[in-house]
Amino acid sequence: MKPTFPRRLTACACAVTILAASGCATVDQDPADPFEGFNRAMFAVNEGLDKVAIKPVAQGYDAVTPLPVKVAVGNFFGNIWDSWTAINNLLQGKGADALSDVGRVLINSTIGIGGVFDVAGEMGLVKHTEEFGQTLGTWGVPNGPYFYWPIIGPRTTRDTFGWLVDTYYDPVWRVDDVALRNSLVALRYTDIRAGYLAADKVVEEAAFDKYSYIRDAYLQNRRSLIFDGVDSPPPPLSPDH
Amino acid sequence: MRSLLSLFFSLLLLTGSAVALEQSPDALVQQVTDDVLNIVRQDKDIQSGDTAKALKLVETKVLPYFDFRRMTALAVGRNWSKATPEQQQRLAEEFKNLLVRTYSNALTSFKDQSVSYRPSTFAAGATDVIVKTEVVQPGSQSIPLNYALEKQGREWKVYDVIVSGVSLVTNYRGSFAREVSNKGIDGLIQMLGNRNTQLANANK
Repeated sequence: MKPTFPRRLTACACAVTILAASGCATVDQDPADPFEGFNRAMFAVNEGLDKVAIKPVAQGYDAVTPLPVKVAVGNFFGNIWDSWTAINNLLQGKGADALSDVGRVLINSTIGIGGVFDVAGEMGLVKHTEEFGQTLGTWGVPNGPYFYWPIIGPRTTRDTFGWLVDTYYDPVWRVDDVALRNSLVALRYTDIRAGYLAADKVVEEAAFDKYSYIRDAYLQNRRSLIFDGVDSPPPPLSPDH
Repeated sequence: MRSLLSLFFSLLLLTGSAVALEQSPDALVQQVTDDVLNIVRQDKDIQSGDTAKALKLVETKVLPYFDFRRMTALAVGRNWSKATPEQQQRLAEEFKNLLVRTYSNALTSFKDQSVSYRPSTFAAGATDVIVKTEVVQPGSQSIPLNYALEKQGREWKVYDVIVSGVSLVTNYRGSFAREVSNKGIDGLIQMLGNRNTQLANANK
């Protein structure tokens, strides 16, 4: 079976290249986004999916779920992720943060009743969120070309690999009971999507080209996350100053 | 992209009435933010989506503390110096209307969040500073919301709003540059104007 994987990969890479080449001719090329044609096609797919299926579900969830339940859901999945954050903070050499994250998991999983209450946060252990893509970034791995994937959305090449590692580690995906696992994955996805509902309208109104608005914001946001916000210098001076 | 959630809360938060002239930039941001949030929390119309009312709040309370000319120059980038003074003025006017309108709308969805202020230290005599705040949302990590301010005479003016590392101003650079290279400065003015007209009609 071994030889089939590289061959499939090659075929896939070819398809991506062809799609990208066919789509790029008309748009100004952004160096960070060499596969813009492909990405715009995937963006359109995602927008379509979102409109007919994902967003309506998230709106329903948002409408019927009282705030304390939403907070509990966010805390529950946040607590699961905190363990992965701790590992990544350790990998990034941020020992104090890692220790605090371990403390959060211990406190919230017990006193916080399985992570439903963020007791540790009340006690002053600030929540961090780190994933493997950020760890790779801290190690100096460059972004690589930008991609827009169906379902999971924007990821640079580096962060796509990071996402694969995250998913491999993710305790939710490791739940043995398939029905329970799928329900948890769906609930988490819905909860995250519901968190963006308010943003939707603003982006819709603010962006002239939603695709590039989201891409540029994503890339700026990733840079800031990798440097934990310390490396966000003020924008360059305008010509008239 | 969670950051986008609080894009909205940015312009909106900067509000305030009579602020003493020699106020420090972080005190200014805090006072204006507190004032606006207090109004929004008590105003049932804004909470239920009254865009016109939110727009008015932003125009009267937030606008005076922003330097839209500088914001527009930053968003337009290199092409700014190619625009005539009259074109610059029209660009700044349209861009201001767009930002005010979109972010007034965002104000209407501010409900369960609160804002906390992170300690800011500035060099003595600094005239260009970043004031750091955070939007705290129950159940998820708080979102950094920073303001870039410049001292103009005796007053501080905001010239950029940075949400989760995303500058709301420079994020427009790509699309503005593309429009200018396709249709020139006037094309960009028209693009902004069309959008503002469209938004004004949609919210009637």
